[in-house]
Order: sequence, then C-alpha cells, then structure tokens
Amino acid sequence: MHPLDRKLFRDLWHIKGQVLAIALVIATGVGVMVQSLGAIQSLQATADAYYERYHFADVFAHVKRAPKSLARRIADIPGVQSVEPRIVDYATLDIEGFNEPATTYLSSLPDLGQPLLNRLALVSGRFVDHSNPDEVIVNKRFAEAHGLTIGGTLTAVINTTKRSLRIVGIALSPEHVYAIGPGALMPDDKRYAVLWMGEAALAGAFDLDGAFNDVTLTLLPGTDPEGVVQRLDTLLARYGGTGAYARKDQISNWFLMSEIDQLKTMARLLPTIFLAVAAFLTNMVVDRLIATERGVIGLFKAFGYSDLEVGWHYMKLVMVISLIGIALGALLGAALGHLTTSLYAEMYAFPFLLFRPHPASFVAAGALSLAAATLGTATAVRRAVRLAPAEAMRPPAPQSFSRSFLSSGRLSGFFDQPTRMIFRQVFRWPVRSGLTVLGIAMSVAVLIMALQWLDSINRLIDVYFVAAQRQDVTVGLTEVRPPSVQEAFKNLPGVQAVEGERDVDVRARFGSRSKRLSLAGMTERQGLFIVYDDAGGAIDLPPGGLVISSKLAEILGAELGSRITLDVLEGQRPVVDVPVVRIFDTYIGYPAYMRLEAVNRMMRETEVVNRVHLRVDPREQDALFRKLKDTPYVAAVTLRQASIDMFNETMARTLLVFVGIFAGFAAALAVGVVYNSARIALSERGRELATLRVIGFTRFEISYILLGQSLLLTVLALPVGCFIGNRLALGMASSFNTELYRIPAVIEPSSYGYAMLLTLGAAVLSALLVRRRLDRLDLIAVLKTRE
Amino acid sequence: MQTDQREADDARKADAPPAKTALSARGLTKVYGTGELAVWALRGVDLDLREGELVVLLGASGSGKSTLLNIVGGLDRPTEGSVHFDGAEITRFNDARLTRYRRDHVGFVFQFYNLVPSLTAEENVALVTEIAPNPMKPSEALGLIGLGDRQTHFPAQLSGGEQQRVAIARAIAKRPRILLCDEPTGALDSQTGVVVLEAIERINRELGTTTALITHNAGISAMADRVIRLADGAIQDVSINGHKIAASELSW
Ligand SMILES: Nc1ncnc2c1ncn2[C@@H]1O[C@H](COP(=O)(O)OP(=O)(O)O)[C@@H](O)[C@H]1O
Ligand SMILES: [Mg+2]
Repeated sequence: MHPLDRKLFRDLWHIKGQVLAIALVIATGVGVMVQSLGAIQSLQATADAYYERYHFADVFAHVKRAPKSLARRIADIPGVQSVEPRIVDYATLDIEGFNEPATTYLSSLPDLGQPLLNRLALVSGRFVDHSNPDEVIVNKRFAEAHGLTIGGTLTAVINTTKRSLRIVGIALSPEHVYAIGPGALMPDDKRYAVLWMGEAALAGAFDLDGAFNDVTLTLLPGTDPEGVVQRLDTLLARYGGTGAYARKDQISNWFLMSEIDQLKTMARLLPTIFLAVAAFLTNMVVDRLIATERGVIGLFKAFGYSDLEVGWHYMKLVMVISLIGIALGALLGAALGHLTTSLYAEMYAFPFLLFRPHPASFVAAGALSLAAATLGTATAVRRAVRLAPAEAMRPPAPQSFSRSFLSSGRLSGFFDQPTRMIFRQVFRWPVRSGLTVLGIAMSVAVLIMALQWLDSINRLIDVYFVAAQRQDVTVGLTEVRPPSVQEAFKNLPGVQAVEGERDVDVRARFGSRSKRLSLAGMTERQGLFIVYDDAGGAIDLPPGGLVISSKLAEILGAELGSRITLDVLEGQRPVVDVPVVRIFDTYIGYPAYMRLEAVNRMMRETEVVNRVHLRVDPREQDALFRKLKDTPYVAAVTLRQASIDMFNETMARTLLVFVGIFAGFAAALAVGVVYNSARIALSERGRELATLRVIGFTRFEISYILLGQSLLLTVLALPVGCFIGNRLALGMASSFNTELYRIPAVIEPSSYGYAMLLTLGAAVLSALLVRRRLDRLDLIAVLKTRE
Repeated sequence: MQTDQREADDARKADAPPAKTALSARGLTKVYGTGELAVWALRGVDLDLREGELVVLLGASGSGKSTLLNIVGGLDRPTEGSVHFDGAEITRFNDARLTRYRRDHVGFVFQFYNLVPSLTAEENVALVTEIAPNPMKPSEALGLIGLGDRQTHFPAQLSGGEQQRVAIARAIAKRPRILLCDEPTGALDSQTGVVVLEAIERINRELGTTTALITHNAGISAMADRVIRLADGAIQDVSINGHKIAASELSW
C-alpha cells in the first residue's frame, strides 16, 4: 500500500470520533432521503400492484335505480373495457358488547362469488352462498376491531328491517384501502364496516330486483376517464345518477393518493434541507480538518508531490468519510423506510406490502451527498494545496489579536481572563464562528420543523372538532324527512338539542372547471355543527347565495361574486346559477354551504332534512344508542368524540414516530457540529491549553476556555435556529395544500423550548465527550515538539 | 569497501580541479508584504553551490537564511533574481516543473523534523521513495544513518535525534543532487546534534551530495568546506574553511 494511503487510514482511525460525527451528519441526509423516497415508492408500488391484481375500477357511478339491461349500453361507451353493475347502500349494525351503533356499507356480490371488478382479497372463509341471503363477508379491519370470526353473527338494520347475518368470510378490497365512513376523516374500524352480501339478498332488501344502483367500470388502456364520466352521466341521468367519477375521486384512493402527495412534498423538502445541512457541515469540518494539516501539505509538496496528488489524498479522506456516512444513511434510511411503510400499512388496509425502495433512490441519495461533500470540500482542499510549500510549513503566524472593545479596561474588569479568552476566540474568527452557529442553528430549525407538526395537528383538531363542532352525534338519514323528524329525535333519551341539515350531491361548475361535492343546507346560524372560518370564527349564512371554502374557490377558480352553476344530481336534477357570497378558510376538505331554505327551494321540495346533529347528555348516551340502533330511517351515526379519539390515536401512532425520527436526526446534527468544532479547536489550541496548564491553570479552567466557546456558540445559535425553524416550518406548512388538508401554520412556544433544550443537551453531551480528552492532555509531549 | 570509497573520495577532492557548479543563484531578492509593512528578507543574494561540497550558511535569526534555502530548493519564489540548476532556470519553472525539480533532485531536512506522525520511520522514508525516479530502499537509507533497527517505530516512539536522522534518511533516500538542511540541530542538545551532523557529513562524503546546511551556530561552521555569512538579507562574506574538522569533534 502506498504510504499516503496508509497515512489516510491511520489518520481516519486517529480521528475516528470526528469521522463518525461527520458520517453521522451525512447519514442523516441520506437517511431521510432514502426513508421518504422508500416509503413513497413502497406505498405507490403496493397500491399499484393491489389495484392491478384485484381489478380496481377506473370509473364509478351511483344511481337511484337502473335496469340491469342498461349495463349493455354502458359497455357500449367507447373506451369501456368491462362493466359491473351492483347494489350498494348504507345500513346500521348492532354489535354485541358494543353500545354505539356502527355504520356499514353494503355491497353486492355476483352469483359467481368473486366480482369482476374490485375483487376481494379473501383472508379467510369463503364467498357467500347465494341460496342463503343471510351470509356476509366482513372487511378485515372491522372483524379484527371486534374480534369477529367466521361463523359469528351480526345484527343489521337494512332498509328498516332488522336482520341477523352470518359471517362466512373475511376480506380486503381495493375499494376500501382507506375504509372511511361518510363524512369521516379517518378510518374508524370499530364504527365503520364494509359488508359483502349476495346480490339477490340485497336486491330483495332494497327492492331492486332486476335493477342496480351502482356501477363500476374499467377502461381500455389510454382512455380518458373524463370523457367516459360525461357519457355515463348523460346515460344515467334519467335513472337518478348522482354523478359518475373517475378513480382519482374515489374516496379511498383519493385519501391514499393525498397521503402519497404529502409524502412527496416531504420527500422533496426535508431531504433537501438535511442534505444541504449535511453538506454544509461536512464542508465546515473538513475545511478545518485540512487547515490543521497545513504543515503536512507543505511537507508533501516539498518532497515533490504535485498539487493534484496532495489534493487527491485529502479528497480520498473526504470520500471515505462520506462513504461511511452514505452506508450508514442507507442502512438507517432503509430501516426507517421499512418502519414508516409498515406504519402506513397499518393505516391502510393492504393485503400485502411491497417494501421496494428503488435502488435509484439509494444511488441518488448517495451520489447527491458524495457530490455535496466533495464539491463542498474541493474549495478547502484547493485552497490548502495552493499554498506555496514554504508558506504551508511555516507555523501559522501568531494570531494578530488587536485591541478591541474586549480588551478595553471597562470590560476586562467585568470578565475574568478565561472568559475574555473565549470572547476573543469567538470574535477573532467571525466567519468560522458564524458557520458553527449556523450549523447548530440548523439542528434547532429541523427540530422546530418536526415539532411544529404536532402543534399544527393540535390546532387542526381544536378548530375542526372543537370550535366548529358542538354536536355529540350526527345521524345520516336514509332519505329526506320533514322537520318533524327533529321533534322525533328530540324525544329520544338524552337528546338536548337537534339541528337539521339538508345535504345534496351536486356538480359545481365554473368556467371550464367542475367539482363534484356535497352541498350542505344549514340554518342561518348554527348552534351545533358550525360553519366556521378558520381565520375568523363562526359565519352567519346570508339568505341567498353560496358560501364556499377557499379551497373550493381555488379548485373552481372562482371568487367572490362568481356565479357558480350547480348541476344537482338527485331529485328533479335542477340546474341553477348561484352567486358566491362569501369565501372562508378551512383546514379540511372543500365544503360549500347554503341556507337550508335556499337548498329546499332549489330542490323544489318542502322543508326537509337528511342529516341531524344532536347534543346529548352523556349519562343517557347508551340509552340513546340503543334507540338509534332500532330507528329505521337511520343510515349512519357519527360520534364526534370517537372521531377525535381516532384522530389522536392515529396521529400518536404515526406522527410521533416521525417526530422521533427527526428529533434523532436533529440531535445527530447538533452532535456532529459541536463535537467536531470542539475537537478541531482542541487540536488547534492543544499547545496553548497545555501551556496554560503548565503555568497553573486548572483542568476546569482550560475546559472552560475550550468548551465555553462551544457552549457560547450554541447559545448564540438557539435564537438563530428558532428564526430559521420558524421560516422553514411555516414555509413547509403552507406548502402542504391538498384537497384533503391544509396545515395550520402554528408553532407553539413550547416547541421552540423543546427544540432548544434538545439541541443544548446534544451540545453539552458532545462537549463532555471532548472534555474527557482534555483531561488526558499530555502536557510534556505537547510542549516538547511542535507538531 | 567503505574505506576504499572514502579514500577514493578523498583522492578525488584532493587533486580535482575546482568542482563544477551544481546550482547558482543571482540577485535573489525576496520581499514579504507590501508598502509600509514590506519586509526585505533577501536583498540581492548571489550564491553558488559546487558539486559535492558542504556549505554552511551562517547568520542570526531573521537574517534570511530560510528564505534563501526555500527559494533555492524550489519551495518558494523570489521577488527578483534567478536560480539556475543543470542549465535550467528553475525560477522560471511553472508549478508542475518546480514540483518535478523538488521530487527528482532536492532533499530537505527541517529544524522540527516534520515527520508524518501516523507513519512509521520506514513509511516516512517510503513517502519519498515512492515518487522518486531512482531511490534507495527505505531500509537502506535508514541503515545509512544507523537506524536500521528502528524501521517500524512511529515518530512518537523515537527520540528527537532519532527523528531527525529519520528525516535525513528520508531526504537522502531519493539520492538527491542537493541536500538542504534548515537548522537540523536547532531543536536538539549538542550531543544529539553532533550525531545528526555526523549523519549529514557522512552522506555528503559517501554519496557526494551537494549539501547546504543552515545554522545560527558559528561552531558548526568548522565542518564546512565553505562558510557563507548572511546578515540582514545580504551575504556578508564567503570563506573557504581551511581547517575542516569532523563533525564528531564539534561541540557547543
Ligand atoms: N511569510 C513571511 N511573511 C513576512 N515576513 C516573513 C515571512 N517569512 C519570513 N519573514 C521575515 O523575513 C525575514 C527573514 O526570515 P527567515 O528567512 O525565516 O530568517 P532566518 O531563517 O534567517 O531566521 C525575517 O525578518 C522574517 O520575519
Ligand atoms: Mg530560519
């Protein structure tokens, strides 16, 4: 081996602490990138494979009632590959040992068992026997949540009739990856079930013999779904079609893709920040490392090594460190990617999970950080190598400390000598000190970014579930009911207040854009379910016109005063033009509201509602639930508290893991910077400190001089980090803008506090590590030679 | 065999005509800094090194000795003036050729040894032999200065005198045409210093390497063929040493 290479390895071993610290920093960048890319790719790959293998449909449509013969005409629409009519509806379930009513989505199975489209992944049991109308297949999550097994029974109120159903199979479906009840935000496996039954059984129950009320299609490759959606709408209009929609708007898929989109935003932003920080730190550390090698560089040049040879030697040093970091990061990223992917798998019901981080993501992460490290250090190497050998070998000129405010009599009286040495050292190298401050600040900033998530989610819950919702229970009705139904609900046990709502499926159009949504008709001023502007609180609904969320305005490209065309998709299917009279901000979804009377008038109906919000006395809740389970026109029951609990639970499971990962990364950044700068300061100032020891300074005093500097820089970095963190976190929050969520841009004071504490802790830890070396400072050896 | 060689060398020196010039410098000026802060380290120095001779450059601290040696050795460039070696003007060399010049022809010994601490004695020597065109084996060079048994020691395991001898072995292992030693005994006590000087003397004699040795210690000049006195960046006088004595007889 060439002696230079031997030197390389011995030097690396000698500074192994620093090597590890730099490698750790690089590993964070690579790790975050591999982790998030890995999770995205795995989630996407899993979804794609699932959809493909189980024939997930491309277009979906719901109708009131259409003859089966219509299926042929649907199949004739150009671009349609296969068509499957079916019967679906909601019902309530009564589970033994579970007080609250659960909602179920019933879906019919053809005689053959396995449907043509949206095939079931049967986990256990078998398909239903069509001669037995009471057999059902249950979705796996619900079965697990209640410990249901094959052979067990369920009681359901299906279209006003109470039925006892026998479980013959447990399954998963690509349609219900994100199994979510009507109006819910998160899957609630205890209160929402998907049941599959024989077609004849459901046709009987819903009076749909020879007819269907739902249809799904797959398209020939390359077909634009929007064209098919339009033709299908035309075809289904007279059968009470509520608007066909493409796969991208299918609720489960929409949630899944929103999640992947969010991940993509993260995967762009976070690794970029980490890689940039890592490159910056590597540069800073290597720069100083090379500065300590000045003399050796001069020596090599004196021997006749060329600039290129010397530069290459140090480049190799950087590359070895980078490669260690990349390897660590790849391992770490793969492990964390696996962990996060399995967290998603828990949230989404997949029958299998492909953890397939693309090798390209490893290569990209590795190449990026190698490039960042080498490019970043190239300048340092070039600068060091450029020195004339005589220059490089000369001991660096004594630092020219000039008289400054720090040496003025006033201050020197104020601080003791060691403290003044610290200040001088810091201000002597303003750029170096500044970079160290910046490096530590980035650690604080990253932590704030992570913690801000919890703050945002808490704010979101506060606004969405607490400020804007005062009801305890929301009941969806099977069909519209006159206002007298509110009286009926008021008479149920424990009900203190009732508020009715009329929801209508519409397609909102403005210019060339359109969006299918559920328009909610509300009373002028609501006491329970409140139309709430996140910026300004409750809103009174003006008598005429639409009140829409800013997200919907954005989707449609509409503004205040725009006239939106509403194609109503139910009843007599009127088409009306309504002006936008108010735009408000929401964190969730893209809702639109009108006055209840206005909706009723638009629908040419008498005063009716199809949803009621209830305030309930908690002591009588159980009695109410028992009643609700037996009430025939109840289609779905949502409990606000249960939603909040679900939300919190899910967040606790997933978000805390992410915050934990980022906290770890941020700590690694802090340790990387502080440990390295203290170690380099030690190697630069070892002689000076040993001299101080020799002339009588105590161990504590010299530790104070060296580490006090690190800690001073850390303290200076804290507010800087808070500022950068604030900018980054708020920037990131506002870049999260999907149809599903907007993230409130809030950072609680406590998050700044925790971020600073953790960074300070990491800094103190690194300083203590270096202190151990200080205690072992060899006084004689240091003074004897001039190495 | 060694004795034969020595006799042969002595004979050659005794009746040879004035030796050829190995290296010659003319009008070397070096100014550090500019304006008011400018330091004139050299003010027009002419210097000739003849083949095989041992020259001592004597001067007080700050008189410009190191500056002169660095320029002659191709470590630094003069502000003005020229250095000729082998018919080429090295002061006109670009960096690459200057590197080549150092690599092929010049050996350096420094006051503070400048060994690479993470390499053993042998590896420190190998650092140079790896890139030289016609080097000795590292063990051979170490043997020449009497450290054959210290090959695998790291610098930290060697005394100051031993470290400096390793540095000498490292300098001569490439069989340089010119050996430049900048205060090689500056960091050593006199007894150890003598051992180091003996090594240099032996290399000069046995390999015939043109040697320039810097010192501020007038006592050492007794071992030189010629003594050049430097003061305030200029040559004060050049004297031929009529009473050259062996390094072993020096003391200070
Ligand atoms: N890099 C430099 N910058 C400024 N002045 C220098 C530099 N190197 C040497 N000098 C000055 O040049 C003069 C000669 O220095 P040097 O050649 O090292 O002397 P010597 O080796 O004889 O002690 C001294 O005054 C020294 O201070
Ligand atoms: Mg000198």
